[in-house]
Amino acid sequence: MLAMHAPDGFLEPGVAAVTALASLAVMALALRAAGRDLDDRQVPLAGVAAAFIFAAQMLNFPVASGTTGHLLGGALAAILLGPWVGSLVVGVVVLVQALVFADGGITALGCNVLNMAVVPAFGGWAVFQLARRLLPRSAGGVVGATAVAAGASVVLSAAAFSLEWLFGASAPVPFDTVFGAMVGVHALIGIGEGVLSAMVVSAVLAARPDLVAGARDLAPAQLVDRPRVSARAFALGGIVAAAATAAAVSQLAADDPDGLERVAIEQGFADQAEAHRLAGSPFAEYATRGIDDETLSLAVAGLAGVALTLAVGGGLVVAIRSRPRAVV
Amino acid sequence: MGGGLRHRGALHLLVERDSPVHRARPEAKVVALVLFAVALAATPERALAAFALHGAVLALVAGAARLPAGTVRRRALVALPFLGVAALLPFAADGPRVALGPLAVSEDGLWAGGALAARAVLGATAAVVLTATTSVADLLAGLAHLRLPRVVVGIVASMLRYLDLVADQLHRTRLAMAARGHDPRWLWQARPLAAGAGTLFVRTYERGERVHQAMLARGFTRRLPDLRPPPAGAPAIGWAAALAPALVSLLVAVGAILR
Amino acid sequence: MSASLRVRGLTHRYPTSSGNVLDGLDLDVAAGERVALLGPNGSGKTTLALHLNGLIPAQSGTVEVGGRPVAGEHLPEVRRRVGLVFQDPDDQLFMPRVREDVAFGPANLGVPAKERPAVVDRALAAVDAAHLAERHPHHLSGGEKRRVALATVLAMEPDVLVLDEPTSGLDPVGRRELAELLVALDTTLLVVTHDLPFALQTCPRSVVIDGGRVVIDAPTAELLADPDRLARHRLELPFGFVLGPG
Repeated sequence: MLAMHAPDGFLEPGVAAVTALASLAVMALALRAAGRDLDDRQVPLAGVAAAFIFAAQMLNFPVASGTTGHLLGGALAAILLGPWVGSLVVGVVVLVQALVFADGGITALGCNVLNMAVVPAFGGWAVFQLARRLLPRSAGGVVGATAVAAGASVVLSAAAFSLEWLFGASAPVPFDTVFGAMVGVHALIGIGEGVLSAMVVSAVLAARPDLVAGARDLAPAQLVDRPRVSARAFALGGIVAAAATAAAVSQLAADDPDGLERVAIEQGFADQAEAHRLAGSPFAEYATRGIDDETLSLAVAGLAGVALTLAVGGGLVVAIRSRPRAVV
Repeated sequence: MGGGLRHRGALHLLVERDSPVHRARPEAKVVALVLFAVALAATPERALAAFALHGAVLALVAGAARLPAGTVRRRALVALPFLGVAALLPFAADGPRVALGPLAVSEDGLWAGGALAARAVLGATAAVVLTATTSVADLLAGLAHLRLPRVVVGIVASMLRYLDLVADQLHRTRLAMAARGHDPRWLWQARPLAAGAGTLFVRTYERGERVHQAMLARGFTRRLPDLRPPPAGAPAIGWAAALAPALVSLLVAVGAILR
Repeated sequence: MSASLRVRGLTHRYPTSSGNVLDGLDLDVAAGERVALLGPNGSGKTTLALHLNGLIPAQSGTVEVGGRPVAGEHLPEVRRRVGLVFQDPDDQLFMPRVREDVAFGPANLGVPAKERPAVVDRALAAVDAAHLAERHPHHLSGGEKRRVALATVLAMEPDVLVLDEPTSGLDPVGRRELAELLVALDTTLLVVTHDLPFALQTCPRSVVIDGGRVVIDAPTAELLADPDRLARHRLELPFGFVLGPG
């Protein structure tokens, strides 16, 4: 569902403008970083990589009993190419999809690039780095970390979209509903993304490990050891993780928020609820209907915002601090 | 996801005709598209007349370009998923209810859904008209004229150039698998497919390295040469004429806002 | 215009492999000569070709074009003088329009925009592809792609032309036309090929590379008349091919 790019006017102009500025800033930085890392190879390499991501997004991969899904590819791009080049490449894909393939509004490019390129690439990269620390330093570890990161990237993307809706909704659909639906559904979609991305990275590691930016710190000896982890195990693990996420998120929809609400009141969100006036959207009040839900909504929004900031910001910081060694 | 449109790459999108729209400067057409998109986004959601006018403007341009209606309609179907979302809005949205047949739906949701549908369809159709009347090479030249950084234009050019090849290779990989009886239905059976995709990434990257070598062999240093064709005298259709339809839409949108 | 080539003791080892793909290779080609580079797969022919315009810097040994070393500050000049036509024309045609691809080289050499159309037209005419100028490379046939790829290099007016497997994928008429085209040029010519009849038609001299060095250096007709010699390096004439007189 997220693979659908927002059309023009989907978000209020204020939010659309803010996302456009944010995306532009990150893309400009990514372009500079790509120039540094790839030097005079950036045009052909980023170009063909973008062609690959585009083609990979068109791929129908089986999910269950004949139903198929599609790859988002943001985390995959980051793990293969590094977060800067990865986000640039997917950003180019989103631009071309809007301009040439009529998929996505021109004025919605800001939020589309943000949700489909920036957030999955940097957020995915951050989760990837985290997962790598917890997993063995081997090719298998890289593959496992990819699965987790790619799955998380989809959820992060959905969360980002929901937060944008909170501030800039163009229809009176409450944040609760959007967040619950988006994040819940995408937790499941994330399983497919995680498993598939992991398999792709596994294949690339087997052929040319130097082309996996996320594995560049591994010595050749560490790359050789590749216990074949069953994809089925991944999928089942993913289902468990997704179910947990969905259950947590469904607390929102079920209006049974005791735990979270208590936390929210203790943290003082309740006080802010009344004074809270979200800019721009005439439907802002719908985002947080009723005082009880409003508290909870704000708490969830706040938590999601924090998580997103940590993930994407963390990814950016990690990317800025660790200048990757020269690409082969 | 508009799969049908994308599957064959970007090169078949141009509909060869001789029309003022085809002959217009590509940079003007791109600016027109952007302005039209702004008009769509800015039009207040209950301004039915404004949206109708936008549609009329678009239809006029498509007509002037002598584009077959069926082709335009078919390609604009990429917006179909959002029509689905638009249809859901009256049910998912809050606010005062209104009767829709036997159902009570959100009135705001109805308007929002309608506006969403209009914007999605009109925006997609406008982009379709652009690519149906502008070749890839001209489109890229237009972007370069608009001062998009040369590196970005280069990357987009490279992407579009090799998109068909890469998509073809992926397609053939799938065919080869199917020919050997591999019909995956479950996620964990997707390994061969994913392996194929991984191999394709490697091959594609290596092609990128070879293209880089070919560029070096033809004297390329860091700076991309400026390959915009020299302006060939007075253009058949000036900027004013090219932008006129989009500006009309913009004025209509502003009018609707001020009302 | 043509230039001479001089390779001395060229050695190269790829980082991933264990042996030297080029092992002290020596080669002399006089200006205007046409030489076929033959040899089994993996013998280093393509690696040698990539050294000739400095795409691969020499790890050990020297390469000189027209007396100038292929290294350092001479590289830009070498890239102009040595035109390399790659195996896969798709790697070489990376612009959205044929005209722009052919103009790429001259543009990098500093040919002003006003003069480029003439240069492009000349190069395309030389390969009989003038009618393809406005086409997108993807829409060309294999033979057309090869001709246009050659034009992109000819547009730079090189003194040495190196072609890597120029006939693979070409139909017989395409092969003949390419051969006739090459013979009519007055540049120094090196053709890396498996296609022995094509080598015979275009290059009076043949050099066989095996194990990273030159093992045979003889007139093409003489070499092709000696099946044993050919077989020692995994070369053989196509089935049914009989060497005609002269």
